Amino acid sequence: MISLWGFPLQDKAKVWTENERTSGSTLVKRGFAHMLKHGVVMDVTNVEQAQIAEEAGAVSVMVLDKLPYDVRKAGGVARTAGLGIIQAVMDHVTIPVMAKCRIGHTYEAEVLQSLGVDMIDESEVLTPADEERHIWKWDFRTPFVNGGRSLGEALRRIEEGAAMLRTKGEPGTGNVAEAIKHFRLIKREISEAKALYEAGDEQELFLLSRKYQVSLGTLVETARLGRVPVVNFAAGGIATPADAAEMMRLGADGIFVGSGIFKSKDPLERAKAVVMATAHFDEPDIVAEVQEGIDEAKSMEGLDESTMVFKMQERGPQ
Amino acid sequence: MTITIGVLGLQGDLEEHVSAWKQALEECTSSGNVRVVKKKEDLGSLSAISLPGGESTVMGGLASRSELFSELKERILDGLPVLGTCAGMILLSKGSRDRVVTEKKQPLLGVLDIEVERNHYGRQGESFEKMISISVLGPEPYRGVFIRAPVVRKIGDGVKSLAELDGEPACVSQGNLLATSFHPELSGDNRLHSYFLREYLR
Repeated sequence: MISLWGFPLQDKAKVWTENERTSGSTLVKRGFAHMLKHGVVMDVTNVEQAQIAEEAGAVSVMVLDKLPYDVRKAGGVARTAGLGIIQAVMDHVTIPVMAKCRIGHTYEAEVLQSLGVDMIDESEVLTPADEERHIWKWDFRTPFVNGGRSLGEALRRIEEGAAMLRTKGEPGTGNVAEAIKHFRLIKREISEAKALYEAGDEQELFLLSRKYQVSLGTLVETARLGRVPVVNFAAGGIATPADAAEMMRLGADGIFVGSGIFKSKDPLERAKAVVMATAHFDEPDIVAEVQEGIDEAKSMEGLDESTMVFKMQERGPQ
Repeated sequence: MTITIGVLGLQGDLEEHVSAWKQALEECTSSGNVRVVKKKEDLGSLSAISLPGGESTVMGGLASRSELFSELKERILDGLPVLGTCAGMILLSKGSRDRVVTEKKQPLLGVLDIEVERNHYGRQGESFEKMISISVLGPEPYRGVFIRAPVVRKIGDGVKSLAELDGEPACVSQGNLLATSFHPELSGDNRLHSYFLREYLR
């Protein structure tokens, strides 16, 4: 059930072997992402928030300098979080710790790898550092997660070495609409590829792989599985338990909540409720019960397109 | 009687457990079902259950918010066979601490007489795969996938070690319980699941 397909020259991808132990292999990197499934990764900016997230049942925390909502408000250049804060979080929680680096900023990622974060998010929430290319993630021992808005974008990130994917959605808005749009589009595009595969129409599959700018092998593996070959979470605008349950019902493997928890006025209760709704998404009574415990007046302030200065999802190479 | 294997389905790589069981059932018997377990009603008429990999704090926290946790513990003490992998091993154990944070309270079933240290081998960069030897599976090596894996620190008299890594137990058995610090559901090798079906289901 774990797919190890990566890209046509995958046997050249780096691994680290010592004492007959092999680290950084595709199995070990993707395997980590599989352990996060059905869980909620929460954005935090300090140790106290990280501990609240862990207490509430977060499967991992993502350390940022500012929550996406505040990144929008602040403007300017958004970079990776201070290493001191990331280290402090790693010293105080037992769950995995992730951090974001700028798109295409290989050295920022290397610094995070040296520090020892468990996963790196090459993220559009920060200001992209390269308008042409993403990081070549096969060179890293630490697994990466990347965002995708369409199947082509998602598969291109896998070919660059991403061990996990997420939708981009529109971070910091508290509006789940964009995440739903991206997730549904990817599902539709997978159905199309799957139908061609099952019909044995290799020529059309080949044309489709050219359209998506990916190798035929990567598209065929996706069509055969009927899903993207790596764990795929929903992210970008999730603010309530029902938002999380909706994304899980659409087929997400798990949830990232950015500003939704710590920009609300009831972070601990909300975090617990989102964790419950994610695990029990197929039991509407439980989702209703936890959603009922959340006061809508305490939800984060939302942002709609008319008040938005820029769209994070459109930043950087696609 | 038809065999029904449950997989604790609150968090983690439960789909990988489900598909490993389905394949092992096909190899060992002609029939059998696999069911995801999220609430105590799902425990009825199970022949065995597996506790998947993931975050033990998340699974334990969610299970103990309902009656599932206490009911599961009762069924295990009644003899329900259990396979626990990684986080599943931690949940079965009598005590856990974390390598860095040290003391960390978390709900445990406390049915397997071992104490574990979580994240013993380090953070994800130190996660690894290694061919290991599991005594009950014969001489052919087994691909052990260790992801932020725990280590067994203390082992009770009634617990047998079936595989070691650097001299420490990586696979242990005690009565109706089998637990691994690695992920047999990720290795593409169903021998351990098949062994469990043959030896633990009566």
